Amino acid sequence: MNLVAATFEWLTDPAHWSGADGITTRLLQHLGYTALTLLIASAIAIPLGLWIGHTGRFRSLAIGLAGALRALPTLGVLTLIVLISGIGLMPPIIALVILAIPPLLAGSYSGLESVDRNTIDAARAMGMTEGQILRKVEIPLAAPLLIGGIRSAALQVIATATVAAYVALGGLGRYLFDGIALRDTPKMLVGAVLVIMIALVFDAVFAVIQKLAVGGRPATGQ
Amino acid sequence: MTWFIENFAFIAGLTGKHVVLSVIPIGAGLAIALPIGWLASRNVRLRGILLGVGGVMYSIPSLPLFVVLPTIIGTGILDPFNVVFALTLYAAALLIRACADAFSAVSPAVLDAASAAGYSPAQRFFKVELPLAGPILLAGLRVVSVSTVSLVSIGALIGVSSLGSLFTDGFQRGFGTEILIGMILIVLVALAFDAILVVLARILMPWNVVLIKTARGRA
Repeated sequence: MNLVAATFEWLTDPAHWSGADGITTRLLQHLGYTALTLLIASAIAIPLGLWIGHTGRFRSLAIGLAGALRALPTLGVLTLIVLISGIGLMPPIIALVILAIPPLLAGSYSGLESVDRNTIDAARAMGMTEGQILRKVEIPLAAPLLIGGIRSAALQVIATATVAAYVALGGLGRYLFDGIALRDTPKMLVGAVLVIMIALVFDAVFAVIQKLAVGGRPATGQ
Repeated sequence: MTWFIENFAFIAGLTGKHVVLSVIPIGAGLAIALPIGWLASRNVRLRGILLGVGGVMYSIPSLPLFVVLPTIIGTGILDPFNVVFALTLYAAALLIRACADAFSAVSPAVLDAASAAGYSPAQRFFKVELPLAGPILLAGLRVVSVSTVSLVSIGALIGVSSLGSLFTDGFQRGFGTEILIGMILIVLVALAFDAILVVLARILMPWNVVLIKTARGRA
């Protein structure tokens, strides 16, 4: 496996770690896009999902919309949005946000739905306000599914941020596309392996957080 | 619209490729997942391990996997087999869970009754267990079908042509109509696959109309 050795050599060469196209920069960019996208998408989708889950309003509309958004091919959404709104940081981020919304929305409303109605009625009977019920009863009980939604959104964004390098975004996807264009296989492989590693680390961390959120309670809806 | 009509042959060819690149992984994924899922439904410890492996496999991003596979399995970088192989892994990873859940949902009493009535293990599996697991299997298969049809388009980035080629081509030429047509066609292919699965399920499980409807709600 000559290629593996060459890839390892590429990865461990200090010259490849610094500068604008260095591994450190690309890695931080990738994580930065992921964080920014998750922040914006969560700010939109989680309150909306909690409201839908709490009131039960527009539930079927939300399920339909999330399903339809999920069926859209990510590459199509990316290329179309960037084509319409131009190159730069924000257009690809907008596309990533759109793709991150369905899992977040689904996680929050299905999380609230998994809470036993009797528990909510008991909280109401004890005199809790709707806001208190949401904050002190529903959200803690819905936490495992809510975090599950964030987990799938994060994986989706890490994967799609790689694809977004095609529409002139930075991040580790650059190594993939530049490597393919220049027939520089080790560079391409380093990009791919690093993205896979980030995804696996995120997945593992979220799995632990999800376990902690379940705590001593039996897991519901898992 | 004129572009669509003028390039009809080209687009039809890409649609055909897209369908082939989607059907193989869905079928192969199911063929792999059925025995593994069945094993997982029989043994709790094995279930934990198999579902864990499936979960990790499914969390690997598609584009990097397409790129890494040639090095691992020794294919050429432009070989469409890379895409088929990777998508088969994803389909199997998702379906193992669906199969395990589906077989676990079959009542042990029914299986015992079948054995008592003289069914051999193979007969029992094909005539009793598999049909009863059908609705949950169908729900899993529908999710896999939609995601596979959508993921095939990513292959266009490494030069494996499909309807996804309309995205890369449209983007490079700055021609949004082409991208839009690609998206509409991919959604139509996904809807067609879904309809075929439901019709097949109704033919194979005519007694299950109600359960199949619930399966639609899950998917």
